[in-house]
Amino acid sequence: MRRVYITGIGQTPVREHWDRSARDLAASSILQALEQAGIDKADAIYVGNALSGELTGQEQLAALIADFAGLTGTEAIRVEAAGASGGAAVRLGYLAVASGVHDTVLVTGVEKMSDLAGPAVEEALATSTDEEYEAIHGLSIAALHALLMRRYMHDYDLERRDFAHFSMNSHRNAVNNEYAMFRRPITVEAFEKARLVADPISLLDSAPVADGAATIVLCSDKAAGERANSSVEITGSALATDALALHDRPNPLFLRAVQESAHKAYAQAGVAPKQIDIFELHDAFAILATLSLEASGLAPEGQGVRLAMEGEIALEGRIPICTMGGQKARGYPVGAAGVYQIVELAQQLRGDAGANQVDARVGMAQSIGGTGATAVTHILRSP
Amino acid sequence: MSLAKHWRMQQQRYRLTGMECEDCGAKLLPRRLVCPRCKSHNLQPYSFKGQGMVHSYTVVYDAPSGYDGYVPYPAALVRLDEGPLVAAQLTDVDIDEAYIGMPVEMVTRRLREHGESGLIVYGYKFRPKLKDQA
Amino acid sequence: MMKPLRDVGLVGYGAYVPRYRISAEEISRVWKMGEDNLQLEEKAVPGLDEDTTTIAIEAARNALRKAALDPSKLSAVWLGSESKPYSVKPTATIVAEAVGATPHTTAADWEFACKAGTEAMQAAIGFVGSGMADYAMAIGADTAQGKPGDQLEYTAGAGGAAFVVGPKDESMAYLEGSHSYVTDTPDFFRRPNQQYPTHGSRFTGEPSYFTHTIMAARTLMDELGYGPEDYDRVVFHQPNSKFPVRVAKRLGFVEEQYRDGLLVPYVGNTYAASSGIGLAAVLDKAEPGERILLASYGSGAGSDAFSFVTTEYITRGRNPIPQISDYVNRRREIDYAQYARHRGKLVMY
Repeated sequence: MRRVYITGIGQTPVREHWDRSARDLAASSILQALEQAGIDKADAIYVGNALSGELTGQEQLAALIADFAGLTGTEAIRVEAAGASGGAAVRLGYLAVASGVHDTVLVTGVEKMSDLAGPAVEEALATSTDEEYEAIHGLSIAALHALLMRRYMHDYDLERRDFAHFSMNSHRNAVNNEYAMFRRPITVEAFEKARLVADPISLLDSAPVADGAATIVLCSDKAAGERANSSVEITGSALATDALALHDRPNPLFLRAVQESAHKAYAQAGVAPKQIDIFELHDAFAILATLSLEASGLAPEGQGVRLAMEGEIALEGRIPICTMGGQKARGYPVGAAGVYQIVELAQQLRGDAGANQVDARVGMAQSIGGTGATAVTHILRSP
Repeated sequence: MSLAKHWRMQQQRYRLTGMECEDCGAKLLPRRLVCPRCKSHNLQPYSFKGQGMVHSYTVVYDAPSGYDGYVPYPAALVRLDEGPLVAAQLTDVDIDEAYIGMPVEMVTRRLREHGESGLIVYGYKFRPKLKDQA
Repeated sequence: MMKPLRDVGLVGYGAYVPRYRISAEEISRVWKMGEDNLQLEEKAVPGLDEDTTTIAIEAARNALRKAALDPSKLSAVWLGSESKPYSVKPTATIVAEAVGATPHTTAADWEFACKAGTEAMQAAIGFVGSGMADYAMAIGADTAQGKPGDQLEYTAGAGGAAFVVGPKDESMAYLEGSHSYVTDTPDFFRRPNQQYPTHGSRFTGEPSYFTHTIMAARTLMDELGYGPEDYDRVVFHQPNSKFPVRVAKRLGFVEEQYRDGLLVPYVGNTYAASSGIGLAAVLDKAEPGERILLASYGSGAGSDAFSFVTTEYITRGRNPIPQISDYVNRRREIDYAQYARHRGKLVMY
């Protein structure tokens, strides 16, 4: 296995880009990353995208993006794993380079969500659930997470307001991220008063769907050359799956795919959970953030929320999460999220995080699909 | 609107049928080819009695297309007496009446229609138990 | 009078009424029709996810449980209704599939306004009585629709009743005989593209409901050689609280005989289920050896009358299978706005 370095990153702001399509967003993030890496082509492009067909009627997205970015003819393929699409694309890019098949690849995450609204978007998001046994019952993705949250509250004697700290932390961090969608802090009171989406999950507990694209350039040590010394390295990469439907899992409150992928990544990177300095986790909903911390071995079962309540997830805490706003405040272009996480982690590990800078050597990014049926974990090391 | 997609799920949805593992006795919902407990392929159809209790519940306000006419509606994970969990809507219950542990029973109701002219999809939901099952 | 060559009876029965209720007072509040027009307390309203199909399925399941019958033994699933969810496509096949009667069975939808269910019962009697089948199920179910502000809006309810006809020696109530009285009398009808039916006001009374019900019941009783005093219980079609009481009196019955089967004040007129749920209610209470007269009525017009005698099996399965009283007592009151939503009177598309 060869070593894999991140030699370039690029991202668009996350928002409703009424005037830009997916190909525009993807191409602009690619051009940024290419420029930063000092290259003008790559061996392959892996496009992470979840809902292009559902939301915009466009499939075969990778070929389209390669062409539009001026890289016509390049090997390119789209990777889909619902909310984990971005992370899964990073995984494939990593495998391509680490295995020796390719020297330089691009990984682009892109999602264009604002062309549809309301129930149509809910229907699209529900494609990440079990169509025959969950979606058919009108269970939105939020409703499934709400079922988890309600049970968790019951088992661990918590109230809805206890979960506010995840959203508050993400919003606080997004204030200093110029690419973030929501850059204002929120209060516990606002969290409690927010409109319910699926009881007990409210609007302020749900990551906002939006448009955006992010790209990273992955190079082998050979291709990176001297740049390798100043580049962030991917030292752990693992993807695992679980039963798709919540009710098919022996314990729905334990994310087995998260545990499996995290532990494989720790083992490969040769680090223990407590050595992780930053965790860019998949905070589509606060309950998912909680369960991610627990299944990743960073909090005991039932204690994830308490960790947040004690301030340990803040920039100055023991395990900072969502340091640039996470899915909740930076925004959640579904299939692109996993690549945004790598971009943000790279910024941190390079020392480019500005006011949000954490003193970090080792960071972890984790991308989740649906209610946890796919989980991808990457561990990154500072130069 | 797919006719075949719903048609082939009908029996399962109308009667709450799953599988029973002939080797380890596990009752499985939904239908599977391989027993998740003992990995056996010896699975036979099994009709669940439809009795259970609420394991967790929610109320949906922002619904996907086709369900937005029904909001707000309650939904749950139900623990069936035979063991499996099943996801379904609750019905015949006020949105603030559900609780973890509530005894429920299966009924067949409309899941959705495909607009004014399309197929009506019927399937299982759960309501508070009407009578104690002796 | 009609009687099959092979003796038959009801081997099982079941009923269902939805949970929601709207009071006559509440409808009056909106339409200001005044206290005089209040003919009943409240009526049953189907839930957003209920329709004739789902109501029929629950009544049928109760009937099969009562009969302790393997559903694959049914040779017919016949559903009478005037509010089928599909105008073209049988509802009975959905019910047959849901209860497990398919595929080796007949299934069909029947129509004759409020007597569609008892029409199906007559046919089921013939089916079993001829030896063509051992078990046949007849169901009457409706989610009746009343024009907003119309008199019928007070009474148009929802419910279902199912009866499994089988051999006499397996019956909870065996059949002594039946009779149908039918004429072409247009007292209540709906043309295809109309949302709500037209009714003939006072024409629905004497020449319609009373003539047909009295003729069917009296002819049957005469041919059996019975008078009203020979019956322990009597059940009529119940479009409102007044008609069934009046027709009972005219036929010589007293309150003790019809009281237990009179459910219209609490659930409204359940149309094709109306006389059926009345029958289910009296069967729930009857002792062995009771004689029961059922006379339905359907606009258009006609009446089916049946004379039953309960057997020793009548008390079987009273628990835990829900009785009609369990459904009647299960109530959630709603206001006119929710009622309008439930009944599809708010345009959603």
